[in-house]
Amino acid sequence: MTVESTAARKPRRSAGTKSAASAGAKRTSPAAKKSPGTTGAEPELVQLLTPEGERVKDATYDPYVADITPDELRGLYRDMVLSRRFDAEATSLQRQGELGLWASMLGQEAAQIGSGRATRDDDYVFPTYREHGVAWCRGVDPTNLLGMFRGVNNGGWDPNTNNFHLYTIVIGSQTLHATGYAMGITKDGADSAVIAYFGDGASSQGDVAESFTFSAVYNAPVVFFCQNNQWAISEPTEKQTRVPLYQRAQGFGFPGVRVDGNDVLACLAVTKWALERARSGEGPTLVEAYTYRMGAHTTSDDPTKYRADEERESWEAKDPILRLRTYLEASNHADEGFFAELEAESEALGKRVREVVRAMPDPDHFAIFENVYADGHALVDEERAQFAAYQASFADEGEGK
Amino acid sequence: MAAEKMALAKAINESLRTALDTDPKVLIMGEDVGKLGGVFRVTDGLQKDFGEDRVIDTPLAESGIVGTAIGLALRGYRPVVEIQFDGFVFPAYDQIVTQLAKMHARALGKIKLPVVIRIPYGGGIGAVEHHSESPEALFAHVAGLKVVSPSNASDAYWMMQQAIQSNDPVIFFEPKRRYWDKSEVNKDAIPGPLHKAVVAREGADLTLVAYGPMVKVCLEAAAAAQEEGKSIEVLDLRSMSPVDFDSIQASVEKTRRLVVVHEAPVFLGTGAEIAARITERCFYHLEAPVLRVGGYHAPYPPARLEDEYLPGLDRVLDAVDRSLAY
Ligand SMILES: Cc1ncc(C[n+]2csc(CCOP(=O)(O)OP(=O)(O)O)c2C)c(N)n1
Repeated sequence: MTVESTAARKPRRSAGTKSAASAGAKRTSPAAKKSPGTTGAEPELVQLLTPEGERVKDATYDPYVADITPDELRGLYRDMVLSRRFDAEATSLQRQGELGLWASMLGQEAAQIGSGRATRDDDYVFPTYREHGVAWCRGVDPTNLLGMFRGVNNGGWDPNTNNFHLYTIVIGSQTLHATGYAMGITKDGADSAVIAYFGDGASSQGDVAESFTFSAVYNAPVVFFCQNNQWAISEPTEKQTRVPLYQRAQGFGFPGVRVDGNDVLACLAVTKWALERARSGEGPTLVEAYTYRMGAHTTSDDPTKYRADEERESWEAKDPILRLRTYLEASNHADEGFFAELEAESEALGKRVREVVRAMPDPDHFAIFENVYADGHALVDEERAQFAAYQASFADEGEGK
Repeated sequence: MAAEKMALAKAINESLRTALDTDPKVLIMGEDVGKLGGVFRVTDGLQKDFGEDRVIDTPLAESGIVGTAIGLALRGYRPVVEIQFDGFVFPAYDQIVTQLAKMHARALGKIKLPVVIRIPYGGGIGAVEHHSESPEALFAHVAGLKVVSPSNASDAYWMMQQAIQSNDPVIFFEPKRRYWDKSEVNKDAIPGPLHKAVVAREGADLTLVAYGPMVKVCLEAAAAAQEEGKSIEVLDLRSMSPVDFDSIQASVEKTRRLVVVHEAPVFLGTGAEIAARITERCFYHLEAPVLRVGGYHAPYPPARLEDEYLPGLDRVLDAVDRSLAY
């Protein structure tokens, strides 16, 4: 495409162009009994808080949350409430036309906050596109997450600032990046760890299988955190696997654990355990957080085409936020004042998110040509110049009037 | 049956339905193609009517989808697979390029690979990254593959029938932003050959060649140019491999000017091949160099910039003006 010095012109553009969360369940060892996901007999899972908000004992994982203070428990609650509020705000901003698309995390707060809070600053996180709660834990300003959903950028934050990588839309790709990064940590002799997030659907991708292979072979310090939210758009987990996902790890030579993904305490404990294994040179772990996607896959999706309402209702009874609240209240760790203050903070967050999004400017047109290469490229330079001349031809016309 | 007005997506749906009905070897495969009917509802209702054995919801694994389709084809089936969006074909690219494309030749012609790979492609729907790309040149470059793209409902219906009947693998690019555009489909018509270009609008002064989503833009540009007294011919290429150079040549010999338009990046794109061939064939007929309008050598931009990136009426008319100025 070439644009020569053109005469001024007018724009002629035409107008319009399961019940896994059974109370009191105990942790399941990787060599647990084989229970194909399709039989309905689900394996047990690690749980520290029942859906009724009762604290249950677990000899293996209790030590990882033994020293948790009431303050920290309130902090986990706060994280879940605020990240849910942020998520809800984004959903309504999409409805109002401010965002092109939104992938809600509703129902997955415990899995994300529990695992996110288990990470250390020097750890590195590789998310998919739904880890808004993990981003929150890493200190990423939530409004940064909205740029790509608004359509103003294809990423929108510097991954190195919070060691939180860019969202990855191509399913499963990031698990290999996480493995490679973890291999680098080992080469550097550092004791950081990596955590890679992905979904139950993603577990079918070749990349994910290859990342399991590499991480096992190189004993990479990586935690694979699979949020099994039961669905990959319209396809239930049975369309991806015949064995519970956490059991996959065994075949690759590392442990897999299934945790109640709606139990923030259990998610925190299990992830800490897995990260400590990684740090101490014991290699990868697969954590399957058994949870549920309460909303649609994204705002473009219509779950009524493939999913029964009763299913969601059964999971609402296991709501992660309610569960911790019941526990906090019963153990006198939080009073009315705490909840009222948090409500006000939540309102303020919602307001800020709305304001920032509405004020988010469209990108400069020349952003198309920015950062295509780190060292520059003659063709990009040429096309940018042509684009500039073409744009200017309209401006000239405007001035001529 | 008389001609019926329907949307392009519906025309593909009806075409798939006809194929499933007439040939028990035809299978539909892909992510979410069953109960949901695909994210664009192109396979809506097919699983309900033909069952889970014929319309198969696959695991979320593109290499798996194409690789198993190859095996099914070796066993005598005719799989029509759906890749959910353009940017997600790459996990399957290895299977397509190293296996699907070459197996017929390696088997000395003794096996056939009648696999159709449907890919909704192109921009203009305000999507996030990997949902708006036009990778057709990457496939057209590979010998052994046929690459086509309809621009309207009638072609979508007939070209899909022909692609499924083809004994060669066909990459079937569906212009997603035209899915909801309606036009006449006559199921009793006798369609032209799959790889033949068609004149979408007659003209005398210049030829615009386009395919898929850009045909509509070029028709609008030709109408706008008409008001300025310019007579523009629009050729709907329909097939990027093989390319019907004879039809392009015939048009250029008449109009003496050629502009090729596509959404994909211009550099090493379909337009580059057409420009080179037509320059060889029509050197003495041409009054102006063959010009190209298309995407930039840059990643597909965020949605708020796609109107600047995608060729619109103005950029096509600008190229028309430049060609006519020679
Ligand atoms: C390689 C690839 N294929 C298809 C898609 C389209 N797609 C986006 S999300 C999705 C389902 C993902 O399910 P899962 O991995 O379980 O994650 P969830 O969205 O449920 O969190 C699909 C098929 C994609 N983004 N990438």
